[in-house]
Amino acid sequence: MLIRKPSDIKSSEITPERTYLNRRALLQAAGFAGAGTLLSDALAADDAIPAKYQRLAGVRKSPFSTTEAPNKFEEITGYNNFYEFGTGKDDPAAASGRFRPKPWKVKVDGEAEVTGTFDYDSIVKPHVLEERIYRFRCVEAWSMIVPWVGIPLGDVLKRYKPTSKARYVAFETVVRPEEMPGQKYPVLDWPYVEGLTMAEAMHPLTLLVVGVYGVELPNQNGAPLRLMVPWKYGFKSIKSIVRISFTEQQPPTTWNLAAPGEYGFYANVNPKVDHPRWSQASERRVSSGLGSLFAARQPTLPFNGYADQVASLYKGLDLVRNF
Amino acid sequence: MTSQRQVRLFWRPLAHVACALPLVYLILQLAEVAGLRLGPNPQLVIRDVLGEWGLRLLLGSLAMTPLRWLTGKPWPLQFRRLLGLWSFAYLALHFVTYFFLDRSLDLPVIIEDIAKRPYITIGFAAFLLMIPLAITSTAGWRRQLGARWLTLHKLVYVVAVLGCWHFYWLVKKDVREPLVYCAVLALLLGFRLWKARQRAR
Repeated sequence: MLIRKPSDIKSSEITPERTYLNRRALLQAAGFAGAGTLLSDALAADDAIPAKYQRLAGVRKSPFSTTEAPNKFEEITGYNNFYEFGTGKDDPAAASGRFRPKPWKVKVDGEAEVTGTFDYDSIVKPHVLEERIYRFRCVEAWSMIVPWVGIPLGDVLKRYKPTSKARYVAFETVVRPEEMPGQKYPVLDWPYVEGLTMAEAMHPLTLLVVGVYGVELPNQNGAPLRLMVPWKYGFKSIKSIVRISFTEQQPPTTWNLAAPGEYGFYANVNPKVDHPRWSQASERRVSSGLGSLFAARQPTLPFNGYADQVASLYKGLDLVRNF
Repeated sequence: MTSQRQVRLFWRPLAHVACALPLVYLILQLAEVAGLRLGPNPQLVIRDVLGEWGLRLLLGSLAMTPLRWLTGKPWPLQFRRLLGLWSFAYLALHFVTYFFLDRSLDLPVIIEDIAKRPYITIGFAAFLLMIPLAITSTAGWRRQLGARWLTLHKLVYVVAVLGCWHFYWLVKKDVREPLVYCAVLALLLGFRLWKARQRAR
């Protein structure tokens, strides 16, 4: 029996998107006079963060953050999947040293009024950075709590003025086999591609991530730009994005192409829909050290605990068929 | 010249030490000795490392008979049981890790896993089939069972096929490593078929 924990964001705390965005514009215009909204150094000034990672300035806290304690910086940056650098959990950290996330350009194309190639600063600089402490649930049934730094993706996408034909947004990861040794072997069909419906992409929880723990995103975590869609399995949150396309048709997605019976387009976290080869009812909250050796798994929550905010996006959709 | 005595007094103890090394290394990692670490998902690392070594030692054990044919010397046979029993030890610990650390003895979940997840079903079956082989591995049982002992111990081929299949099936996408194990097993079993055919002639 699944024990439902109450979500730590009450429905009443969720601001309607429009009001929220207006408030953001207002705050931006006010130049952030309110010091209380700025991120305190408590979380960012973790001594375990190597000095080579540049601190991000002016990061604001977010009401969307969970109160759960974040995983350590070394756990977040030392244990993850990024097949472009190898298929082992420590490969991304070990093999991403040669990757160059600067300078960075992103091609924006498809069903939008503003298209072209834009550099990193033109995408990120017009926005205020927010820290969002999110639950992260991998399709492999492990999870973490991660203090991401980013911008609501919808705020960015709006600037490119998607047309009424734009029903989906497609994303593509960079291909650089010389810097990404995992791409030398076709374990997946490179480039890695992902996609969201327009409603998912514009949802206030969907984040375009530029950092973690108050510093710029390490190479192994998808530098310099990645997605974070906290109610979906991790593979939806594509890393090192070089292309954003507005499309009319549902775009292809890498894991779905690799194993259509195991990974769907939606990939919403759902304890009731098992992966064909393992259960999704529970997850292991990763934690290093002897003390965690005998810790039990914990139940997985529908939409990774974000059901109050996102379940309405899928009204009338059969979530078992559309896994 | 390798005498029986040398094998018994030197090479076999050395093989025991070698077989224990991965386990010792795992314990040192667990104790975080000298900067060694298991990382943030220790349960899975322990489970997987034990499973991999169990399978490697099983294939090692199966390599001894072909090695005797190739070298024409009897000494490889003196390592066959040793490797097989170490393999069993690692796989028993692999199972215990899954049972206690990964699944925290949650029986309904474990039963569901075994019944519903084909790679767990065959892995569990392989482990069960190994138990009678480990029990009857002693000289006493061998004498008692006579010719039937050899028939019974042919089960090891089934165990090895299920074990490699289990590994192949559980991998998410990158099957390169399990394919190496499958290839080694195919080679070892193919060698036996070839030898059997030669004898039949």
